[in-house]
Amino acid sequence: MLDFKHAPVLLDVRHLSIDYVSRDQPPAHAVEDVSFILREGEILGLVGESGCGKTTLMLSLMRLLPAAGRIVSGQINFLERDLLSLSEADVADMRWKDIAMIFQGAMNALNPVRTIGDQIAEVIVRHNLAGDKNFLEQRVSELLELVGIPARRRNQYPHQYSGGMRQRAMIAMALACAPQVVIADEPTTALDVMIQAQILELLAKLREKLGLAVILVTHDLGVVAEICDTVLVMYGGVTAEYADVNTIYNDPKHPYTQQLLGAFPDLSKPQDELIAIPGYPPRLDALPPGCRFAPRCSAAFDRCHHQQPALHRLDGLHVASCHQLETR
Amino acid sequence: MSGYGYLLKKIGWALFTIVFVIVLNFFLFRVLPGDPARAGLRDPRLTVEAIEAIRVRFGLDKPVINCFETLNPLKLGSCTVNPMQTQFFIYVGNLLRGELGISYHTNRPVADMLIERLWNTVLLVGAGQIFAIIIGITLGLVAAWRARTAVDYAALVSSLMAWSLPTFWLGIILLFIGSRQFGLPIGGKATPGANFAGVWEEWLDTARHMILPTLTFTIVFVGEYMLIMRSTVLDVLSEDYILTAKAKGLSTFQILKDHALRNSMLPMVTIIALNLGFTVAGAIQIETVFSWPGLGQSIFEAVGRRDYPMLQGAFLLIAVSVILANLIADLLYSYLDPRVRAG
Amino acid sequence: MTVQVEVSSFTGFWNSFKRNRMGIVGLIMVIAAVAMAVLAPWIAPYDPKAPIQVTIDDIYAPPSPEHWLGTDDAGKDVLSNFIYGARVSLTVGFFASFISIVIGGVIGIVAGFYGGRTENVLMRLTDIMLVIPDLPLAVVLVALTKPSLLNIIFVIGILGWTSTARLVRSQALSVKERKFVLRARAIGASNMYIVRRHILPLVLPLMVANTVLVISLAILNESTLSFLGLSDPTTLSWGQMLNFAFTRGGMSAGAWWALVTPGFGIVWVVLGCTLLGHGLEQVLNPRLETHHLSVGAEMVARPARPPTHAVDARAIEG
Repeated sequence: MLDFKHAPVLLDVRHLSIDYVSRDQPPAHAVEDVSFILREGEILGLVGESGCGKTTLMLSLMRLLPAAGRIVSGQINFLERDLLSLSEADVADMRWKDIAMIFQGAMNALNPVRTIGDQIAEVIVRHNLAGDKNFLEQRVSELLELVGIPARRRNQYPHQYSGGMRQRAMIAMALACAPQVVIADEPTTALDVMIQAQILELLAKLREKLGLAVILVTHDLGVVAEICDTVLVMYGGVTAEYADVNTIYNDPKHPYTQQLLGAFPDLSKPQDELIAIPGYPPRLDALPPGCRFAPRCSAAFDRCHHQQPALHRLDGLHVASCHQLETR
Repeated sequence: MSGYGYLLKKIGWALFTIVFVIVLNFFLFRVLPGDPARAGLRDPRLTVEAIEAIRVRFGLDKPVINCFETLNPLKLGSCTVNPMQTQFFIYVGNLLRGELGISYHTNRPVADMLIERLWNTVLLVGAGQIFAIIIGITLGLVAAWRARTAVDYAALVSSLMAWSLPTFWLGIILLFIGSRQFGLPIGGKATPGANFAGVWEEWLDTARHMILPTLTFTIVFVGEYMLIMRSTVLDVLSEDYILTAKAKGLSTFQILKDHALRNSMLPMVTIIALNLGFTVAGAIQIETVFSWPGLGQSIFEAVGRRDYPMLQGAFLLIAVSVILANLIADLLYSYLDPRVRAG
Repeated sequence: MTVQVEVSSFTGFWNSFKRNRMGIVGLIMVIAAVAMAVLAPWIAPYDPKAPIQVTIDDIYAPPSPEHWLGTDDAGKDVLSNFIYGARVSLTVGFFASFISIVIGGVIGIVAGFYGGRTENVLMRLTDIMLVIPDLPLAVVLVALTKPSLLNIIFVIGILGWTSTARLVRSQALSVKERKFVLRARAIGASNMYIVRRHILPLVLPLMVANTVLVISLAILNESTLSFLGLSDPTTLSWGQMLNFAFTRGGMSAGAWWALVTPGFGIVWVVLGCTLLGHGLEQVLNPRLETHHLSVGAEMVARPARPPTHAVDARAIEG
C-alpha cells in the first residue's frame, strides 16, 4: 500500500453544509458541518445508509446538486483553490479534468443511443485534450484496454456490454482526462460478487499505477475493509466517525460505527445471529433534536436526545461525534 | 428479438391491417342502408332497363358474397354461384389490378382521378408538417429546458390554445384576413385562367396559393408537436446520463444538442407517425376551406355528390397511405434506435 | 418522471386541485359554457326558432344595438343562435363521449383483468382503430347513413374509445398485481366485487381526466362533421352555423361576426376542457418538472469569506 500519509493534499473539505430548499417547507439539512481531506494516492471510503447525505456530499464537490440543493456554508479546497468561489464556466472546466465521477448504475448513466467510444471521446474533445482523429481513437482504445475491455468494442452500445463491463467502461471514461480525484459512487452495488472483486482490484491497480485519489462511496463494509485507507462514516447528514481504516475496524468509538461492524456478518462465526440495527435512518424533514443517531442508539442517555454532540478529536485523524467521548 | 424478426412482424401486421381495411371498406359500402346503385341513380329519366344495365356494368347484380343473403355462413355448398363471381372477390381482384371503380359522377376511373389529387395533398401536407415539426421541436426543447419558467408557461398556454382550435375554423379566419387584408388568393391551387410564362411562374403562383393553407396546417400542428416534444424532453432530461454529461463538463447547449435532442427524436418519430391520422383529418378540412384540389377535397365532394365509388376509393387510398406511413415510421424507428437494430 | 397519486378522499383531492391554476381556469370555462347552454331561454335576446320577416338588409347585417353580433345568412340573430347552439354542441359532445367511454372502459377492464388471449385480441383491435384515420372513416359512415344528430353521436362515439381503452387497461393491469387483490381473492371475493371495490376507486380519477379530454375531442369532431355538411341542418350547432356562414356567402359579404362567433364558442369549450384535463392530470399524475438542467436556487449560498485559519492540512493530524 502506498504511503500516502505524507503525500500532498488534493482535497480539503471544511465544515460543509448543504440544504435542500422547497417552496412551502423549511429547508432540509441534508449535510451538516462535514469535513475531511483527501491526499494523493489515498482511497477514502464514505460509508452510510441510504439517505445519510453521502451522494449529496459527493455531488456538491462537483457542483452538481439538483435545482433544490444549496450549499450554505463551508469550503471545498482543491489544491488550495476554493471550488465554491469559482464561476460556472470555471466549474465546467474543472469537472472531469480535475475531479471525475463514476456513477452508480452504469446502464442509466450512459446514453443508450450513442456508442461507448463516442461518449468517451466526447469528454476528451471537450477538455481540449484531443489532437487529431487518430490520436483520439488511440486514446479511447488505450483507456478501454486499461480497464480490460477490448478496444474493438468501442463502437458498440451500452446495452451490448455486460453489467460489469459497463461499470468498467464508466471507469475508463472517468479516467479520460487524467483527473487527480475520482469519486466512485457505489460502483459495485448491483453487481455480483465476482465482478465486484474485479472492479475493486481494478481500482486498486489504477491507484498504484496512476497515483489516483479515490473517494469510494459505499454501504458495504467489506469493500471498505478491502481497499480503503481512510473511512468517513456518515449518519443523518453529519459525520459520525472519521479515521483511518485500521482504527475504524479495531477501535471504533461511535455507537453507529460499532453497531455497523457488529451487524457485519463474520465468516469465521457462522452460527451467530445477524444483528440488524433496529429502526430507520431519520427523514431529512424530521430530524431528531439531539444526536441524529440517538433514537436507535443502545448507549443513548438523556443528553443525547436534546443536544447534538460536537465532533471530538481523539488522536491524529480520528474524530467522532458522540457525547460519551466528552469525559476524556 | 432479432432485427429481421421485428421487421417481418411489423410488415405482417401492417398487411393484416390493410386487409382488414379493405374488407371493412367493402362491407361498409354494401351493408349500410342505401343501395349504391339506386343512390347513384336517382335520375328519374332512367328506365328500368337502363338501371338494370348500369347495375350489371358495375357488377351490382352479383351476390355480395356467397350465401350472404341467408346470413348462414355455415351452410356452404347450397349456393350455386361460383364464389369467385361474388362482388367481394371481384372487388379484391380489381384492387389488385389497381382499379378502384368508376366514378358515378364523372364516369372516369376513380384511380386516375385520385392519383392526380394525391400529389396535391402530399405537397400541402408535406410543407405544413415540415414547418410544424421544425418549429414545434425547437419550441418543445426550449420549453422543457426552461420548465416552470415564464417561457415555458407562455409556450404551454399558446400550444394548448393552438391545439384547441378547430382546423377548419382557423383556416376560415386566416382566409378571411389573408384575402381581405393581404390580397392572398381565395382558394384553389392556381389562379383561374392564368397563362404562365414558364415553370417558375407556375410554381410561384402555386406557392402563393399555398401560403394560407400551409400556415393553417403549421399552426395546428405546432401546438401538438410542441406539447409532445416538451413532454419527451422532460423525460429525457431527467435521465441519469444527462447528469453524467453535465459532470463531464459539457455546456448546456452541448448537452441539449448531443444528448437531449438525439434521444428525444426517437420517440418523436413514432409520435409523428401516430399523428398521421390527424394529419389526414386536417387535410380534409383545410382542402375544403381553401378549395385545394387534393384527396381531402375528393372525399368532401364525393360525399356531396353521393359518388360512392369515389368515396370508397378515396377512403381506401387514405387509409392505406396512413397505414403504410405508420409502417415506414416504425421501420425508421427500428433503424434509428440501436437497441432495436442490433437485436 | 411521474408518480401516480392515489385519491383517498374527495376533499383531499379538491384541496390539491384548487391550487392548480390551469385546472381551475379550465373548470370555470367549462362551467360558464354549460351555464350558458342551460340558461339559453333566459339569456338569449331572440328565439332562433321564431319565424321572422326578412328583407335583403337583414341578411348578414353587421353588429348593431338590436343585434349585438349581427345577423346570419337567414337574417337570424347570431348571438341567440350562438347561445342556443351551445346546447346542441355540448349535448352531442357529452353523449358521444359517453358512448366512447363506456366502450373504452369495458374493453379496457376486460382486457386488463382477464388478460391472455382476450387481452391480445382486444389490444390488436385497439391498434387497428388507432391506425385507421378517424375523420375519413367518420365521413364515410355518416355519408352512408342518413345525416342526423343521432348518427353523428353514434359515429363519434364508436370512433373515440381508443384512448380510454388503453388507459383503463394499463390501470387495470397495475392494480391487478397489487397485493390486496390477491388477498381479496384468497378470501373468496368474486371478480365483480374486486372490480367494484378495489379497481374502480383507483381507475376512476384518471378516467375523469381522460373523460374531459374525450369530451373535448368529441366536440371538435362534431363541429368538423357539421361544418362538412354531414349534420342535420335544422339543429343549429356551432359547426352547422359555420357551415352556413361559409357556404352561403359569409366570406364575400365580409360577415366576420358570423364566422368568428361560433368558432370562438368551440375554442372556448375545447380549451376549457383541455386546461381542465391537463390540470387534473397534473394533480393525479404529478410530474416532477425539474431535471438535471433545471435552473434552481443559487447553488452556493454562503457568504464569500476568506478562510479563518491557515490552510494547512497537516494541522489536522496534530
